[in-house]
Amino acid sequence: MSRSVPREAVVVERLMEAPDIFTLRLEYVDEDHRRAFEFQPGQFNMLYLHGVGEIPISIVSDPEDTHCFDHSIRAAGRVTGGLLSLMAGDRLGIRGPFGRGWPLAEAEGKDLIIVTGGLGCAPAVSLINYVMRRRDRYGRITLLQGVCHAHDLIWRERYDAWAAQPDTQVLLAADLSQEGARFQEGPVVEFFSRLMLEPGRSIALLSGPELMLMDAIAQLRELGLGDRDIWLGLERNMPCGNGLCGHCQIGPLFVCKDGPVFCYPEIADFFGIRGF
Amino acid sequence: MPSPHRRPFFLLREELERLLDALRGSGHVCIGPQVREGAIVYDRLDTSVELPHGWSDRQSPGEYRLHRTGSPRCFAWASGPQALKPLSFAPEEVLWRALRDPDGGLRFNAVEPPAPSLAVIGVKACDLAALAMLDRHFAGDAPYQARRGGLLLLGVDCHHPAATCFCRSTGDGPALTGGYHIGMTELDEGFLLWSSGDTGEEILASLTLPEASETQLERANQALEAASLGQTRRLPGPEPGRILFDSLDHPAWSRLAERCLSCGNCTAVCPTCFCHDPVSEPALDGHESPQVRRWDSCFNEGHSLLHGRAVRGEIKLRYRQWLTHKLAGWQAQFGRSGCVGCGRCIAWCPAGIDLIEALKSIAEGRL
Repeated sequence: MSRSVPREAVVVERLMEAPDIFTLRLEYVDEDHRRAFEFQPGQFNMLYLHGVGEIPISIVSDPEDTHCFDHSIRAAGRVTGGLLSLMAGDRLGIRGPFGRGWPLAEAEGKDLIIVTGGLGCAPAVSLINYVMRRRDRYGRITLLQGVCHAHDLIWRERYDAWAAQPDTQVLLAADLSQEGARFQEGPVVEFFSRLMLEPGRSIALLSGPELMLMDAIAQLRELGLGDRDIWLGLERNMPCGNGLCGHCQIGPLFVCKDGPVFCYPEIADFFGIRGF
Repeated sequence: MPSPHRRPFFLLREELERLLDALRGSGHVCIGPQVREGAIVYDRLDTSVELPHGWSDRQSPGEYRLHRTGSPRCFAWASGPQALKPLSFAPEEVLWRALRDPDGGLRFNAVEPPAPSLAVIGVKACDLAALAMLDRHFAGDAPYQARRGGLLLLGVDCHHPAATCFCRSTGDGPALTGGYHIGMTELDEGFLLWSSGDTGEEILASLTLPEASETQLERANQALEAASLGQTRRLPGPEPGRILFDSLDHPAWSRLAERCLSCGNCTAVCPTCFCHDPVSEPALDGHESPQVRRWDSCFNEGHSLLHGRAVRGEIKLRYRQWLTHKLAGWQAQFGRSGCVGCGRCIAWCPAGIDLIEALKSIAEGRL
């Protein structure tokens, strides 16, 4: 683990997920660094592209896949646009992991409601992969994914595989659907009324656009879910990762250090308020 | 203020150079207040003659002016635009260097932080309090700690608070309370000196000074009391933070934003503001790329950039971020407000926005 100075990593593979979304499979060049790297789903690394800069990206692979680790990235800015051009064998720098991940210990034995939206579902994908690989540790799993268009949904084979798991429901909410009956489709609001939610037995893990999160929180609370059972994965400008540079603050919280996953009561005073 | 248990030493004004010699003798470069372009700033001090003898400052919202006093004193001013911040948290610092080998391999070299041994003379209590807060924030930061470790601090009781000062109400001044190696009080004829810790004690012992007299101690105490009582501004307590966080939609934020230029002066002069931005600055040949961190400000649009858009696009939201963080966020993060009452943000605001008036306009009698 290195928090202040990057370590050299090599691109093992670049997988194109969509024209502007790709997954980099990485490994540290130094064997000691490979061995020392441990993380929790929901944590992130700072990826450094030489001469361009660093960017925080969540880790999507499984923490027990010790050899390599994956980052799914949307090419949107200077650094991510440059990362898109990396090929197998290219080098970059990694600092991390940073932050607090998903509450996987608290979630054990409970029904999981995983809500994620938009294309920014990467933080939730690591979580979904994690619980699906340890399916017997959890109760019923409901996966609620909102997208604008059904064709925006990447990783659709994975959703098929998840939907085929026992006691697992995949609900795809698409504003404009072009698909047949592959998933249950409709507006997000309708799905919440169909959730089989047992307060006290269920825990909700949310990530995606904040407007969607606010809507989801309101619906979950209406269904009787306790605030302490609602967890949010948030994003902010995080240039340092160490809780030092001040950019990622939401009220008194440093998203990079205190989050990026928050229990709802921790952030409730500031969540959804413009300017935080 | 010296410990009541040990009488301070007395150093004649004419012998001040002996103190600087002793500091230099202990391996330190002396840094002290000097007049530069109409302001008192800390800079390398080669001789005590360079100290601002006979200068004082007048400060009010949006105004800072130096004037001659006719007094021989050299610490008869409240504050300059800098605190100690640039000496421990450098305005610009190379954190590490990335080097690309011809075969594409990358190497990352941590930059050994410079750690000059600096003896800073004439530090006010407010700035020592601010330093203690930055020490906590940057506890795990190697460049900060390296610079910080090289500082030998000579504090001076503040007898000349400006009209913008309110350290009495924040509990951080005007008397020295801690965080220094050698404490000083200035009288017309010279200085009372006392140590706090072994390093300061050794340096003072090397000067073989007489003890201060009872009347000198009395005059020092009277001057401190007058300085304390002379402060008319007051940061209302006990917990302004909660009220600010409960008043995020108050219309006064918009009125403040109409005056605020979002220039960031307040954050630059604030001794506790710690925001900074790390950036890559590659050499033209692309081989080497240092990662540099620079002071940043929550008043810059880019500060809150997320997915290409600023979370705080409007000045109103940026001013609210600054004030709520300083007075409320700090409380939760560090157990105290981030304001030490130095008043710099008031004097150096080109629009003359007064932090205390801003707070009062939002609290509306609830404090």
